[in-house]
Amino acid sequence: MGYHMSLSISLTINGLKREIALDDPRVTLLDLLRERLHLTGTKKGCDRGQCGACTVLVDGRRINSCLALAASLDGAEITTIEGLADGEDLHPVQAAFIAHDGFQCGYCTPGQIMSAVGLISEGNAGDDPERIRELMSGNICRCGAYQGITEAVLEAQKDLAERNRRDAA
Amino acid sequence: MPLETTSPLPQHRRHGSSAGQPLTRRDGVLKVTGRATYAADNHPDGILYAVTAVSSIARGRVTALDVEAAKAHPGVVEVLTPANRPPLAHDPDEKMPPFGFRVEVLQDDTVRYVNQPIAIVIAETLEAATEGAALLNPVYEVEPARTDLESGKRFDPEGIGIGAPARTAHGDIEAGLAAAVRVTEADYVTPPQYHNAMEPHAVVAQWDGDRVTIDMPNQTLALSCASYAAYFGIPAENVLIRSPFLGGGFGSKAILNGPQILAILAARMLNRPVKLALTRAQMYGPVGHRGRTWQKLRLGVDEEGRLTALHHQALCTTSSFDEFLEPAANASLPLYASPAILAEHEGLRLDVGTPGPMRAPGLASGSAALEVAMDEAAEACGMDPLDFRLANYAETEPVTGKPFSSKALRECYAEGAKRFGWSGRPLAPRTMRDENGFLIGWGMGTAVFHCPHFPAEARATLRADGTALMETAGADMGQGAWTALAQIAAEALGLDPDQVELHSGISSLPDGGIAGGSGHTASAGLALHNAGEDAIARLAELATNDPASPLFGAGNIGVVARSGRLHRRDDESRGESYAEILARAGRSDVVGTAKTARDPAVASAHAMYSHGAVFAEVKVDPDLGQIRVARLVGAFAAGRIINPRLVRSQYFGGMIWGASFALHEEAIADRRTGRIMNADLAEYHVPVNADVPSLDAILIPEDDPHVNPIGVKGVGEIGITGTVGAIANAVWHATGVRVRRFPVRVEDLLISREFA
Repeated sequence: MGYHMSLSISLTINGLKREIALDDPRVTLLDLLRERLHLTGTKKGCDRGQCGACTVLVDGRRINSCLALAASLDGAEITTIEGLADGEDLHPVQAAFIAHDGFQCGYCTPGQIMSAVGLISEGNAGDDPERIRELMSGNICRCGAYQGITEAVLEAQKDLAERNRRDAA
Repeated sequence: MPLETTSPLPQHRRHGSSAGQPLTRRDGVLKVTGRATYAADNHPDGILYAVTAVSSIARGRVTALDVEAAKAHPGVVEVLTPANRPPLAHDPDEKMPPFGFRVEVLQDDTVRYVNQPIAIVIAETLEAATEGAALLNPVYEVEPARTDLESGKRFDPEGIGIGAPARTAHGDIEAGLAAAVRVTEADYVTPPQYHNAMEPHAVVAQWDGDRVTIDMPNQTLALSCASYAAYFGIPAENVLIRSPFLGGGFGSKAILNGPQILAILAARMLNRPVKLALTRAQMYGPVGHRGRTWQKLRLGVDEEGRLTALHHQALCTTSSFDEFLEPAANASLPLYASPAILAEHEGLRLDVGTPGPMRAPGLASGSAALEVAMDEAAEACGMDPLDFRLANYAETEPVTGKPFSSKALRECYAEGAKRFGWSGRPLAPRTMRDENGFLIGWGMGTAVFHCPHFPAEARATLRADGTALMETAGADMGQGAWTALAQIAAEALGLDPDQVELHSGISSLPDGGIAGGSGHTASAGLALHNAGEDAIARLAELATNDPASPLFGAGNIGVVARSGRLHRRDDESRGESYAEILARAGRSDVVGTAKTARDPAVASAHAMYSHGAVFAEVKVDPDLGQIRVARLVGAFAAGRIINPRLVRSQYFGGMIWGASFALHEEAIADRRTGRIMNADLAEYHVPVNADVPSLDAILIPEDDPHVNPIGVKGVGEIGITGTVGAIANAVWHATGVRVRRFPVRVEDLLISREFA
């Protein structure tokens, strides 16, 4: 249905290259992931770029997928929450969120985790919890799991840094 | 600066039981990998998308909708308006018993509040439905919006909250005030607040003849099935609600609402599955909110600083067509001893959606006012705020004289004050500054929340392989029910939680009661506990009647269940495993059941509350008036703690809601139109990570032999109470400015003479 148009784009999603025939130019990346590709781990909380529940990585940068039109992302590499774990092995950020009880209802969690992964790779926070709180403030958690989130980001960052050192050695 | 550490998690004193241990969440892996499925994550074949068109006026009539334009849009399948909406079997203008509300489901063309559904557009895609709704271009006959004290209609309510009396009196309030050496009197205002769970209200409905399957976040599975059955004219057993995960609830997913009913109706009409999710803006209307209050407190105090009278009046808003009045003044009933207490409520009708229970209904707003009033009275007496509260400590429930089932509030005060460092606090305000010149203030408040107990049922199945299946239709909206309930179940069965499969969150299971009122763990937990004991008793019967069992004949002596084995009570060396007992009996399983409710005799003999004390430090910029919460320390006593990790998270969440109430949240209506001007998550402020300070929650041990047989009280809501007042009182202590309107804002300080 839609506008009887079809726009073909190419996206690499969680390492898998996909040719996608868009049925409608109005489709956001978020609605493409959720409603067309059924990658529903990414959540819609506000559809206005205000809550961060839809955070994914596009070419390694964290963005609000509700604010990006899918048609504008031809050729992009996208990582969603579904692409973070290595099989059954959780990513260090995922494991740290469980260990520090960095969530309650879990709805903002995929966005928080993707944001944390982006934040750590940006390398701007150091080990200062105040900086982490500030740089994670684009992701709202209504349950109020912030203390656990901050602790989880700190621990995961340390864990990842150690792994990187080991790998480099 | 290093991350502040929090209290170590206490290990529960019971040995051999997982209950009391800080296990991580059972649904943790699902939630961190995106595999937890919330309602809107479902995609049955042939799905259609529904979008509601909502009113942009607060009162009047819809006189025209451009249905043709909407239908002409590619992909639009149907448009429902009052002209073609199929009938419902229950009149939506009649309340749905036991505590349902009137709902707006296109029964006529009247508009009663902004964001009321005025049509619903169903299309092949979300984009088409959204565009179709925008093309309806409604024309209104507008009546003036009643949005405030001046334009609203005042009335004397028949009841408040859910069926509580509007007025409660103890002693003679005027005599108490006359006997006082000092009376403090002040007015307080709390704003309208919206739950704003991160997950918007969503539904995926699919019909098969006269049976319907509904994926939706739901806090009251059994009650909702009965209500939907009444609306759709089908038996309750024909309604299946699946709610394995809720993206937050806070009360807003406990009560049926118009948009979800309309989506289910559209699915039936079109005979295809329909998905609807409210937009964030649409959540500011049909799905409840915390009503605005204007409160007056009069406190009479004698020479020793003891209350002689506590008079709490609340004017509470509701909609023009239904009633839910925030039982705010009742916050003054359970906490402080006084020979005279009077709590009174009045209603104010506005053109808003009907309010509803929102995390700590009544107590959040009422405690905000009461705890500031107590601070003002302490100030007037020249007393330390904690000493003043201790001078008015209630040894029995003030209004009824009933003993408390348990009350470790003194310990909460003492431990909280110690951890916070309260003892060094100067009495006078505006006496402390930090190294950057910021004004520092310390304040405190008492926390309290009641302990309801809802009827619940459960089933326990011990299986041949020695594992168990426990079933009850509960709801986990983030409180950690799946984990805590599994711990209770495992304890009852003498198994490790890993050996217990817990099925919940679907209405076909035994009724797990209501997930609300901070009563879910106690209610569903007791049902699971008793079902587990029933299963063990049946298993013991098999063994003790079997001559081949080492437990043969031990029926009168009794057996103990531990680690998957039954042992003789008098000789623990004699025993055998559940699997062995079942195998010899040729049974694949043994099933126990339970149906539980609060013992009315125990309930009428005791007053039951969780208690706590919250201490706050704020820092205020002396030039800009900007307020930051620097530290919050809460100490809470809530009976037996099943999982300290999750309980601490509940307290943190509640305390953050308290900070939000004190400093952030407020829905602002345009007085000309009634439209909410900040109906989104950028302008309606809820705390973000950077707003949240160092938090500490202390779990005070408390044994409660009366509240229920498992000794569990509630923890989900209490954290808000006490915290709001503590922060407002800390702002006064930092600045000398007493702000009595929430949230406390920069401008409240800047316009004050004391601040300059």
